[in-house]
Amino acid sequence: MENQPPPFFKRGPAPLALLSFYVALALALLVVDARLQALEVVRQALSLFTQPLQQLAHLPAHSVASAGDYFVSLTHLREENARLQQARMEKATTVLRTQQLEAENERLRKLLGVKERQHARGQVAQILYTARDPYTRRIVIDRGQQDQVVAGLPVIDDAGVVGQVTRVFPFVAEVTLITDKEQAVPVQIVRTGQRSVVFGLGNGQLELRFLPANADVQNGDELVTSGLDGIFLPGFPVARVVHVERDTSYSFARIFCMPLAGVENFSEVMVLEQRPPVALPAELAQPGREAKALKSPSARKKRFRRE
Amino acid sequence: MQTSYRSSARILLPVRPWFIACSLAAALLLNLLPTAPSPGLPDWLALVLVFWSVREPRRVGMGLAFLCGIAMDVADAGLLGQHALAYVLAVYGGGSLSRRILWFPLAQQALHVLPLLLLVPLVQVAVRTVAGGEFPGIGYLLGPLLATLLWPVLTFVLLLPQHQPVDHDANRPL
Repeated sequence: MENQPPPFFKRGPAPLALLSFYVALALALLVVDARLQALEVVRQALSLFTQPLQQLAHLPAHSVASAGDYFVSLTHLREENARLQQARMEKATTVLRTQQLEAENERLRKLLGVKERQHARGQVAQILYTARDPYTRRIVIDRGQQDQVVAGLPVIDDAGVVGQVTRVFPFVAEVTLITDKEQAVPVQIVRTGQRSVVFGLGNGQLELRFLPANADVQNGDELVTSGLDGIFLPGFPVARVVHVERDTSYSFARIFCMPLAGVENFSEVMVLEQRPPVALPAELAQPGREAKALKSPSARKKRFRRE
Repeated sequence: MQTSYRSSARILLPVRPWFIACSLAAALLLNLLPTAPSPGLPDWLALVLVFWSVREPRRVGMGLAFLCGIAMDVADAGLLGQHALAYVLAVYGGGSLSRRILWFPLAQQALHVLPLLLLVPLVQVAVRTVAGGEFPGIGYLLGPLLATLLWPVLTFVLLLPQHQPVDHDANRPL
């Protein structure tokens, strides 16, 4: 073997060696990405190259859509305008009273010494397209790092919760919809006040899990965010119960819900600002609390006893 | 340049590298079209990569396939490396089978290519299932079948720049 003549034609490494190298590299990338989530910077850098290509690819569809918008007839627009005006007038009474109620609520809360309610603020974003990955339910919106969007922000539309920002690129951001299999939202049933967590099923529906078979849940019950996660403000509509399956052989009821927001539609959404952290009570928030507790006489006694 | 038994009766001009690059870029653009609602469309980039790996195994290798795969992963919002792994495996298969495949007429070439193209979604399904995903439905495997039907058309289109003008004379009977 050592007396082999040098090859006439240089052909680089053997195909099998190259294959094992690239497969190992791909597997390493997969594991690091799936388990450690450590490649977001690489992804962001690469997206600077793919994003323009993607915009180029979406150009025809966008131009067709905008051309369609241009030719929408005047009567259609008039009708829509009239309908919206009417809806606004119908809602005006509630909205006007809401302001007064909020002011009154704040005053009463102050009187009671309860913390003031947090207000929702955010920025409107346009949904650009649905992510192509068929295993997850994600959309891409036109706000990114440039607009101070960070991962974790809640996203809503005019009817309810849409999802949560999970990945941020320089100019766009990915929103995982609440119907995604890995997405969970802490909710509260409006009628009974029961708290639970609603999970996506991956097929456009949601499931309310871990409620006992005899739980008080009916078809048509509305679920709103409970706010216990510290991410969503409490009170945003999430879903409506459409089907309850009670099987005595299981300890939990199977409760299926439909999202209230236009989760699968193309429209505009609102990215809410980060919710200010709920301050802990003063004595809990002090960093040296445990040290102090140790110095208290009873703790000292215990320590002596142990020695 | 590869000669073959019947699939192209004429001797072809050597391929131009920029044409390979352009065809890959066009395939990437086709892949990025907003076609998320219809999953049964072929993976154009995989098809073109396999085509060039069969036709020009020395020029289009696993390195290029890996780069294309990473680009697709970032654009697709999937796991980083899933397309890369699938493309590398398909291109390896194409390259090592190229001398055999090119002996056959186009219809049988397409049959040879079908398993390679099926490998691409199957590898991705395997990777995503291990990572905790859910099988996205059988429509997802329809793309490779469509792509196989497109193989003769693709061969004609992508080899067009390599055809030379037909001018027979006594000295050049071909």
